[in-house]
Order: sequence, then structure tokens, then C-alpha cells
Amino acid sequence: MSATRAVVPPRARSTAESPRRAPTPRGGTLLRHLAVVLVAGLLLLGLSYAVEPFRNFQLATVAAYLCATAGLTVLTGLNGQLSLGHGALMATGAYTLALTQNAFADAGLTGGWLLPVSLAGALLVTLAVGAVVGVAAARLRGPYLAGVTLAVAVVVPALAVTFDGVLNGEQGLSVPVEPPPLALGAYFPYERWQLWIAAGTTLLVLLLLANLVRSRYGRTFRAVRDDEVAARLAGIHVARTQVLAFVVSAGTAGLGGALLAVLAQSVSPGAFSLTLSLFLLMAVVIGGLGRLAGAVWGAVLLVALPDLSHALTELLALSPAAAQRLEGNLPLAIFGITLVVVMIAAPGGVQGLLTRLGRALLARRSRRRS
Amino acid sequence: MDRFVFLTLDGLSRGAVYAAFALALVLIWRAARVVNFAQGAMAVAAAYVAYSVSAATGSYWLGFLAALAAGLLLGAVVDRVVMRHVDHASPLNPVIVALGLVLLIQAVLGMVYGSEFRPAPAPFSRSALTVGGLALLSPYDLFVFATVGVVVGALAWVFARTAVGLRMRAAAFAPEVSRLLGVNVGGMLTLGWALASSVGALAAMLVIPTELGLHPHAMDLVFVSAFTAAVVGGLDSPPGAVVGGLVVGLLLSYVSGYAGSDLTPLAVLVLLLAVLLVRPGGLFATVAARRV
Amino acid sequence: MSAGDDGLLVVRDLVAGYGAAPVLHAVDLTVPAGTIAAVVGANGAGKTTLLRTLSGMLRPSAGRILLDGEDLGGTPVEQLVRRGMAHVPEGRGVIGELTVDENLRLGGLWRRDRADAGRALDEVYQLFEPLARRRRHHGHQLSGGERQMLALGRALIGRPRLLLLDEPSLGLAPRVVARTMALLRQLRDDTGLTVLLVEQNVRSALGIADQGVVMSLGRVVTTRPAAELRDDADLRHAYLGF
Repeated sequence: MSATRAVVPPRARSTAESPRRAPTPRGGTLLRHLAVVLVAGLLLLGLSYAVEPFRNFQLATVAAYLCATAGLTVLTGLNGQLSLGHGALMATGAYTLALTQNAFADAGLTGGWLLPVSLAGALLVTLAVGAVVGVAAARLRGPYLAGVTLAVAVVVPALAVTFDGVLNGEQGLSVPVEPPPLALGAYFPYERWQLWIAAGTTLLVLLLLANLVRSRYGRTFRAVRDDEVAARLAGIHVARTQVLAFVVSAGTAGLGGALLAVLAQSVSPGAFSLTLSLFLLMAVVIGGLGRLAGAVWGAVLLVALPDLSHALTELLALSPAAAQRLEGNLPLAIFGITLVVVMIAAPGGVQGLLTRLGRALLARRSRRRS
Repeated sequence: MDRFVFLTLDGLSRGAVYAAFALALVLIWRAARVVNFAQGAMAVAAAYVAYSVSAATGSYWLGFLAALAAGLLLGAVVDRVVMRHVDHASPLNPVIVALGLVLLIQAVLGMVYGSEFRPAPAPFSRSALTVGGLALLSPYDLFVFATVGVVVGALAWVFARTAVGLRMRAAAFAPEVSRLLGVNVGGMLTLGWALASSVGALAAMLVIPTELGLHPHAMDLVFVSAFTAAVVGGLDSPPGAVVGGLVVGLLLSYVSGYAGSDLTPLAVLVLLLAVLLVRPGGLFATVAARRV
Repeated sequence: MSAGDDGLLVVRDLVAGYGAAPVLHAVDLTVPAGTIAAVVGANGAGKTTLLRTLSGMLRPSAGRILLDGEDLGGTPVEQLVRRGMAHVPEGRGVIGELTVDENLRLGGLWRRDRADAGRALDEVYQLFEPLARRRRHHGHQLSGGERQMLALGRALIGRPRLLLLDEPSLGLAPRVVARTMALLRQLRDDTGLTVLLVEQNVRSALGIADQGVVMSLGRVVTTRPAAELRDDADLRHAYLGF
């Protein structure tokens, strides 16, 4: 459907497809992505020793959100499908992880392999849920798809109450997570360990997504987004492509949710409300639809904004009740306003502005040279 | 059997509210080709205005009128300040902007009123009148029926019989031709937003006393139910919205009465998916929802 | 009225187009009151663009449009009916979702003189009897000829001084075209209506017009008495290619 086109402005499209690097052979792209991920990993490793535990925890939270926003970027930005239900998919991953970890703990199992198994379980379950929702979504367009995924976002957290025998209602479940391995030393900060887990998982996800985006599948994603009819005429199976994009993004959302559960060591429906789904979408839009780098900005914003508004409310010296109201709602208000303004004024998002800025600087430099 | 009668009447009463809210969605969809995902938040904002006015004056009815007026104003402002400037080339753009408004409105309400539940009194008794041992409708249910009936009737009259209704329909169907015939198309669009938002505010005023109370998120689930109602009836059809609202109200009442109220959200989701996958244009549709 | 430009509609140096490239290059045009001017020319000559610019749907980038001496520059589209200009757009603009009666009433809704708007409605029903019989039918149920009547009738309810018509003959049977053209001439003679007519159907248009305006590639190539263009074979060859 050509109508989904304008979400990603033409300029964003050309950067996403990066025509300048088009001739690079496929192996080169893979190596380059691998190098970027390794450098990022090393930087984070260094950072995890350089900063205090609280910042480690925040970085880990960014990583967990990034897992979800990157997948949503692939879905909405690259494939043109809107999902308001990714908070619910995160909840699916988080609850799956919680149930598996609890089952392991009840069975008295211990060991470093438990968490990876639970994460894999969360991934698999969300992939399956994503496939079901994705098959429905592939038949729906525009506001209808938005409405259905909105319904998913509202209804799924309520299921925790419906099935409170297993999911323990509004209280939620606690998530037992093993301490860092003893080999790392007796006083190894727990937050650093959390960052390692979250960042390691997310970097792996990003590596896979970046390669997917550059692959044949990535090209079919974009082709379907830009013009369904043309894509169909070019022999692309549109529905299958859309389901695949949905499944991929659901899986990453599930992993992100599972990581959040590991970080918080608990899950509850309140953490996965409609607001979270909207936050994810906002993060992706504000970061810049259609670029994985935009997803990073979005995830950083998700963590930094509440922090900033906390600092701001402390400056204002309000009564405790008023401060609490302001602090809880300021990030929402800022997100809402930013979203409206970005959609009206700068549909390319933060990453789009940076790209434009970079291009302007380059142009100026080359002018000066000539 | 008694229970069935009670659940049916109760469902129709809920359904009347969904019908009004779905009607508001359809009004904007027809006028602007936008599903107003911010309608729930806008309606809650109007209900908070009613809360403040009632608290200040001690009168439910002044608050009620204030909510309708606030709805009109909010709708016009949202159209003029925000929606008019959104690039409608992609149907995703207005949806995303509306969601931004949801966050903004709910945040502002949370800052001003806090996020605890506020009491929302009903102007009439909510205990059901019994006839021969059979629990039937409450006075409040009758009030809901009457109000929604008057609103649906008034809207139908305005659109079918009045000059401004003719202008609004013409502006929605053929904006360019309408301008050539002297119709202020932009003004009609704003009027459409204002009317729809006011009807949404009315629905919020009717439904919130039957729920947990006033809260920034009080209309989230109502929005989903009303969206389902609008889809059941077909987004383009005002009579469809009314029928769809009643259908959803009945369904939720039966599910809640026979299977447990925890299951109602799930029932809405299942109905929505079923309708969209089986008959995407709604039961009254002439055009399919899926265009490629 | 500006000096020397004796016409109900006067267009001077009009430049307009879509995006950066102009379609109209310095168009000049004068239509005296109570006459019919036919703008003819090949596809892509800029005829429709000219009408769209005159009725304000397209903003000119330069030039002036005077209606009875008043500059129309910057007047919003919806105000132009109030200045006495009616535009029947390409494809006629019948609103299919509205009934015949609603379409017609829409044409007079802007008028303050409600009584006269009602009289005009009755007159249109007398003028076009098939419409009177199909009052309650929807626009999309009408035949091409009936749509033509509806579009013309809707314009006339505003009692315009100047009527802009875009390709009224398009898709109609020759008999219906002839009837339409005859009606335009009758309206000119009886009510003093001024008509600016854009037509592919050169013969019919020049048959009723007082003035023929030949456009090509966004310019007015020549303006002549219509009879001269119609009857002089050399001129016809030179400007119209037949």
C-alpha cells in the first residue's frame, strides 16, 4: 500500500539503504557489523568498570529497551507496520522468563546455564505469540492494525489478573536470578553483572538485526513498505514478508522484556501498561523511524528522560505530593509533546536531524576545500 | 432466565455508551479520515473539567454541561493546533500524533489531579428497579438510554436536515467541490472534530460513574471497546456504530455475567480480531478495509 | 475598472503552475460582460490550469485577475462564489453521496437572500425537468447528461455573473452536447450571463462563443471573434490544426 510511504521521508530511506556502500560484498558488511559490535562491546566493558553501579544499572536498562526498540524499528520503520502492542510482547517475554526461572528455582536447579535457557524460552514463546499476532496483522492496514495492536496492549496486561492463579494478579511474580559467578570475585558489583548480561544479549540481537536489514529479507521489508503492489509484482510474497517482520520484532521485544525482568528481578502488569507500548513507539519515532541507530537514541531517551525530570523536580523544591505527581508525569508530557512536534516538524527524528547536520557540515567542508 | 433479562438490559445500557463513543469515532473518520486514538484521553480530560466544576459549584449538572463544552473546545483545539498540520499522506502519521496527544493529555491530567481514582457520582440511583421480583433497569440506565437516544437523534437530524449538516457532509465527501460552492471546508472539519469530541465527552460522563471512578486511564478499555464497536458497524457508518455499540455492550455483559468479568477485555480483543479477519469492512460495509 | 480593460473578467500577465515549473506563462484575457468566451487548444495547453487559477484553487505566482474591476488576488476559493463567480470543475463535481436536491441546495447555501435561493432552486427544476423527477436520487445514480444538468443547475442557483465551465462536453452524446451549448447561449441572451468555457470540442464551443481564445503550451496564441476562427479555414489550420 503506497499510503504507508510517508512515515519514512525519502531521505531516511536513502540512508537506510545506504547507496554509497552498496557495492560492498556481503561478507564485508558482516565483518563491518561485527567490528562495530565488538568495539561497542569493549567500550561498554570499559564503561562498566568506570562508572558507579547505578549508572551500570541504567545502561543495562537502556540495553533492554534497545532490544525492543530495535525490533520495533525494523517493523514500523522498515516494514511500515505500526504496532502499539509491543509492550504486551515485552510482558510475554518477561512473564515467560519469570515462570521458567521460578520453575528452575522450585526444582532446586542452579548453574550459569539457567538464565540463557530462560532467555531462549522467553524468545521462543514471544516468537510464537508474534507469529499469531503477525498473521492477523498482515491482513490489516493503517488504523485497523493500530486498533488491534492497541487492543492487545490494553488487554494482555489484564490477563495477569484473569489468570492470577499462575501469574499472581497485580502483585506479579518475583524473578530469582543467580548472583554473578564466583570467578569474578566476591565483591563483583551486581549491577555490573546485569549490564554484562543485558548488553551482551542486546549487542547480539543488534548484530543479527543489522545483518537482516542489509540482507535480501531487509530489502523485501522495505519494498513492501514502499509499495505493496510493486513488491507483489516483483514476486515478493507480501503477507509472508509482513509476518516475518512481525515475528522478528516480537522476538526482540520478548527478549527485551525478559531482560527487564532480570534487571528488576520481578514482573508485574503495571510495568507493561499501554503507556509502555506508547513509549516504545515514541522512542522509535523520535529516534528516527527506519534506522537502527535511531532505536539507540529512543532507548537512551526512555531511560534518560525520567532521570532528567527527577533532577528537574528536585530543583523546583515542591511539596512532596506535587513533586511526585510532576516527576511521574513530566516524562510522559515531554514524550507526548516531542512526538507531536517531531511528527509535524521533523519526521526523520533525532537520527534524521543528525544525518542532515552531518551532511551540511560535510558540504561546507568540501565547499571550503574547493 | 431472570439473569439473562438483567444481563441483556445491563448490556444494552453499556452498549448505549459504547454506541455514543463509537459514533464520535465514526464522525471524525468520515470527516477527516483519521481514527482519533486520542478520543479516550480527550474525553477523560473533559470529565475532569466536569469534576472540577461540580466540586466548585456543588452541581452535577453544571459539571455535565462543562464537560460537553470542554469537549467542544478540546476537539476544535486539537484540530486547529495539531491535526491540521499533520501530513496525512500516510495513515500512520495521524495515528502516531494522536498517540502523542494521549501521552500528553494523560500526563497533564496526572500532574494536575494526580493518578488516584476520584469519585464520580451518578446523578440517579444505580440500583435496579425490580418488577415482580425481576431486576430490570436502574434509573441511571434509563438516563443513559435517554441521553444517548437524544444525542443520536439530534446528530441524525443535524446531518440529514440542516444546512450546516449538509455542508459538513459535502465538505467530507468532496472538499474541493465544496469550496467552489462557498463551503468553508476547514471550518466544517473543525466543527466535526468539536462535535465528535463533545459526544466523546458525553460518553465518558455516562460511563465513568459505572466504573471504578475518574482516572487518567479511565477510558483506555472503553476506547478499545468503542473502537471494536465502530469496526463491527463499519467505520463509515453512523447507524453501524450504534448497532455495533449495542452488540459489544451485550457481548461484554454476557461474558461478564456468565464467564466472569476478568474475561471481558479478552472477549473484546477476540471480537475485534474476528470481525476484522472475517468481515474487515464491518457488518454494514460497502468497502473493504483492506486496500492494496 | 482599470483603464482600457473593458471586461467583466480581465486577466493580465498571469503566471501559475504546480511546484517550480509554471504551466501558464503570462496569460492575458478579457471577457466582456454578457458574452461567451471559448478557450480552445490541445491537451496540456493549460486550459484547466487557467480555470483553476481563476477560481483560486491554484495560487498564481504573478499577474492579476480582475472581476468587474476588483482584484481577486488572495481571495480564498470559498469566497469567490460570493463575488459572483461559479466554477463547474473538470468531471462536473457532482457529489455522488448526496441526493440531487442536496447537491442543488448546496449551490445556494452561501446566499443570504434565502427567498431568492428558493426561487432559483425552483427555476432550475423547471429548466431541467429530469432533475425534478429524480430529486431524491443520489448523485452517483445519475447518467452523464443528468450530471451535467445537475452541475450546471447547481452553479446557476448562485446566480453567478461569470460561469467557468471545464470541458462540459466530455463524455456526453453529441445530442446532449448540442443541447448544453444551446442552453448556454440562451442563458447569455436571457440573463446576461458571462461564460468562460474550456473545451476540447472546438466546433461546438466556437459554435456558440462570441470570442475564441486559442491556447498552446501555457500561452494565449491568439484571441479572435469566434465566427472568424470557426469559418476561416486558413486561421483554423494555423491555430487549431484542422
